[in-house]
Amino acid sequence: MAVAEDKASPGTSHEKSWHGIVLQSLKRNDINLVPYVPDRVLTTLIRNLHADPFFTTFPTAREEEAVGIVSGAWMGGRRAAVLMQTSGFATLANVLASLVVPSQIPLIMFVSERGTLGEFNYGQSLVCRTMRPVLDSLAMEHHTCTRLDEFEFIVDRSIKQALTTQAPVALILSPLLTGGKTFDK
Amino acid sequence: MNSTLNSTLNSTLARNTKVMNRFDLTSRLIAKLKHEEAVVGGIGNTNFDLWAAGHRPQNFYMLGSMGLAFPIALGVALAQPERRVFALEGDGSLLMQLGSLSTIATLAPKNLTMVVMDNGVYQITGAQPTPGATVADLVAIAIASGLSNSAWAADEEDFERLIDQSMSASGPALIGVRIDEKPGVGATRRDPVQIRERFMHGLGVREPL
Repeated sequence: MAVAEDKASPGTSHEKSWHGIVLQSLKRNDINLVPYVPDRVLTTLIRNLHADPFFTTFPTAREEEAVGIVSGAWMGGRRAAVLMQTSGFATLANVLASLVVPSQIPLIMFVSERGTLGEFNYGQSLVCRTMRPVLDSLAMEHHTCTRLDEFEFIVDRSIKQALTTQAPVALILSPLLTGGKTFDK
Repeated sequence: MNSTLNSTLNSTLARNTKVMNRFDLTSRLIAKLKHEEAVVGGIGNTNFDLWAAGHRPQNFYMLGSMGLAFPIALGVALAQPERRVFALEGDGSLLMQLGSLSTIATLAPKNLTMVVMDNGVYQITGAQPTPGATVADLVAIAIASGLSNSAWAADEEDFERLIDQSMSASGPALIGVRIDEKPGVGATRRDPVQIRERFMHGLGVREPL
């Protein structure tokens, strides 16, 4: 647990923490619009995005809404990405199948993975099991990110591939990377 | 059925708004556009009538993703703050995504005008009444969501006046229009990639091949 807490702590260097890598990779690829529906694991990343004037970042009421916003932004020439957790992804099948995939929109999603490796809420673990089958059913690119040493490579390359191939990508942030959310009582 | 019709009629009378026609209103809007304004048409009849009003490269026709016309238009407005963006949405669609009104009110783009086409029914699926048909006031909901510049159009002239007004407003505008239950008069050519690509050409993001 000490390791997990250390990885999620705001005190660590932006370059070396997983959330620092996300922020820097977004910046490097000129992605400056980041709507989200929050997750505990994403707290530091969201706070740092808000603190950085490079980014326009804001909460939406539903993940689907955020996907609509970034789709419109991309068509208007502005690059964007969406942050969410597993249960939020579970609300997206319709918009992915009827807007993002058929229109060839390079939707970039960071999904904080709940429901596995220490989940304490049975419903969350069931929701989690729906995520990869939905991604696979639409033949969408996705990576489960577990290691800090590989993370920058995966994020940077995946963003570039999404933009150049005009295809969506989901980067699943495993508890192995982020520490996840644990039941402390 | 009668009680539904009566209460619809009553609420219409209470609002003192004329029941207008989607295609006519869409055509009136399009006729006003002189500066390559973007127009996002919601699912079904809303984008069918946008298509029928005459295709423009700056039109985006939403073939699925019900409820996302306003969020997509918000994205365009954030990407191109110098371009006026219009979004046309049905009442049933908006009921699916009421939270987007608060998001738009918070971000407050100056260049976004939203039109809600309210006939109280899901016309395209057989004209079943929406859950809000006889009780909900979508303009009041918009105002309560923080979109203070929201109003029902009393008639066609008032609609045109509200459209004109929105183009110089200092924040986002929402216009509610009561419409009849007629279906759209055209049918959009359903080619998602072509629709998206032409829209990007129309917005100057890309050059045609």
